[in-house]
Amino acid sequence: METRTAIKWTKKNLLGIEDLEAAEISAILEQAHSFKSVLERTIPKVPPLRGKTIVMLFCEPSTRTRASFELAAKRLSADTMNFATSTSSFLKGETLKDTARNIEAMKVDMIVIRHGCSGAPHFLSNCVNASVINAGDGMHEHPTQALLDVYTIKEKLGRIKELKVSIIGDIAHSRVARSNILALKKLGAEVTICGPKTLIPKDAEKMGVKVTYEISEALKDADAINILRIQRERQNEALLPSLREYASRFGITTEILRKYARKEVLIMHPGPINRGIEISQDVADSEFSVILDQVTNGVAVRMATLFLISMVK
Amino acid sequence: MPEWHTGSFFISQGKVNEMEKNARARILDKEGIERTLQRISHEIVEKNQGATNLAVIGIKTRGAVLAEKIAANIKAIEKKEVPLGAIDITLYRDDLTEIAKQPLVHATEINFDITGKRIILVDDVLYTGRTVRCALDELIDFGRPACIQLAVLIDRGHRELPIRPDYVGKNIPTAKEEQVEVRLEGTDGEEEVVILQ
Repeated sequence: METRTAIKWTKKNLLGIEDLEAAEISAILEQAHSFKSVLERTIPKVPPLRGKTIVMLFCEPSTRTRASFELAAKRLSADTMNFATSTSSFLKGETLKDTARNIEAMKVDMIVIRHGCSGAPHFLSNCVNASVINAGDGMHEHPTQALLDVYTIKEKLGRIKELKVSIIGDIAHSRVARSNILALKKLGAEVTICGPKTLIPKDAEKMGVKVTYEISEALKDADAINILRIQRERQNEALLPSLREYASRFGITTEILRKYARKEVLIMHPGPINRGIEISQDVADSEFSVILDQVTNGVAVRMATLFLISMVK
Repeated sequence: MPEWHTGSFFISQGKVNEMEKNARARILDKEGIERTLQRISHEIVEKNQGATNLAVIGIKTRGAVLAEKIAANIKAIEKKEVPLGAIDITLYRDDLTEIAKQPLVHATEINFDITGKRIILVDDVLYTGRTVRCALDELIDFGRPACIQLAVLIDRGHRELPIRPDYVGKNIPTAKEEQVEVRLEGTDGEEEVVILQ
C-alpha cells in the first residue's frame, strides 16, 4: 500500500534542467504518472488550477509544444491566453520586457515562453513576478521536452539508471539534445551523442557524454535512441554537404537498425519528423517507435510541471 | 535514533507529563474493526437488496483499505464479486493552495464505468465533511452513478458541510482538539482506532 508522502518542490520557475536536482526531476515524473491517468477519464479534467491564468508567449513557430501546454493547462482548469509573434505587438517593435510587463498587468500567474534567443526566459523571470516556464529558448534548453523524453523511457523500460541512450543528429544547435543530456546524466544514464563533426559541439565531452561520428557505434548496445530533427532552416550555414548525404550516413532505416542495433531498441523523436531524412518511413511507424507516446506523455508531464509550480507561493 | 541515544536514560517528569497528555484511548481493536465492518457490509446488502449493480470505492489511503475489506465481506455474503475502486481527492481539495507541504497526487483507480452503479463510498473518519465533498465532485467526473451512499468507520461530528453518512461503524463525540486515528495493518502495521488528546 502506498503512503501519502510530501515532496519538496520549491522552484517558482522552470528555466532549464540545469537548475534541477535529480530528486526534483523524479518528483515531476511521479506527478506526471498520476496525471496520465486523469487524461484517460471520461471527463479528463481536474480542478486544482481553477482561477489561475497562464499565458503562452510564443515568439517562434510551434504547434506541438504550444498545443501540449495549452491542453495541460486546460486539463487542470486554468485559463489560457495566447500571444504569438505573428499576431502581436512584437511586429510593432515592442520589447520583450514591455510585452511581458503588459501581460503581467493583466494579472496572470504563469508565462510559458518560447523564444529564439537563448536566455530569454531567464531575462523574463527577472522582470516579472509571474512564474516563467521555458518552452524552448534558442540553442539553450527545452526542459519539458527532456522531461517527457525521460518519462517515456522510464515508462517503457522501467528505469533510467545505467541505461544506454544515444542522441543522433544536430547536437550543436539542439536545445532538445542539451536538456536531454542534462536530464539523462542526472538520472544516471549513459549518454552517447552522434552526428556529423560540424554538428557536434567542440566541448561536448565536458558534459560527460561519449562522442562518436559513426552511426554503428551509436546504435551498438543502445537501449533507446533519440533521433533529432535536421533543422532545414540551418541548411544555408553550409554545415552539411546535402540532406541526401546526411540521410545516407546518419538516417535511421530498418536495414541500419537490423545491422547494428538491438532488436527492441526504443525509437524516439521530438518531432516534427522529416520522413526519409533523419528517420525512414518504416522506422517511424515501427512497433518500437514511441514517437506518439512521447506526445501523449508530453501533456501529462506539462500538467505535472504547471501543477507543482502553481503550488509554490 | 533510539530514545536513549539522545537524552538521559531515566524519563524526566516533563516527559511523563507529556506522555500523559498524549494518552490514547482505544476505541476499537482489531476484532472490533472486523465486527464493525461485517455489520456495515450486512447493512449495505440489506439496504440495496443484494449486491447487484453495487460498486465499492474507498477514499485513499485508509478508506481504500476499508473498501477492500467491505468488498470482500459483500462477496462472502452474496457470493458475488463487486467492482472495487480507490479515489485520491488531493486535486479536488478546497485548501490545496494552503497546505504547507506539497501534496503528492496519487492516481485514482476506478477501472469500471460507474454510470448507473450504486456506489458505496468508504472513508475511515467522517469529520468536517470536506473530504467527502471532494470525493463526490471527483466521482461525478467519472460518470453518472445511480446513487452514492457513504460508509464510514468513525463519525466524530463537527460537520462543516451538509453531508451525512448512510452507514456508521461508531459514533464518537469528540472535542475539536482531539484527534481520531484509524490505524490499519495495510498502512500502519497494527489495527485499532484511538483518540489522541
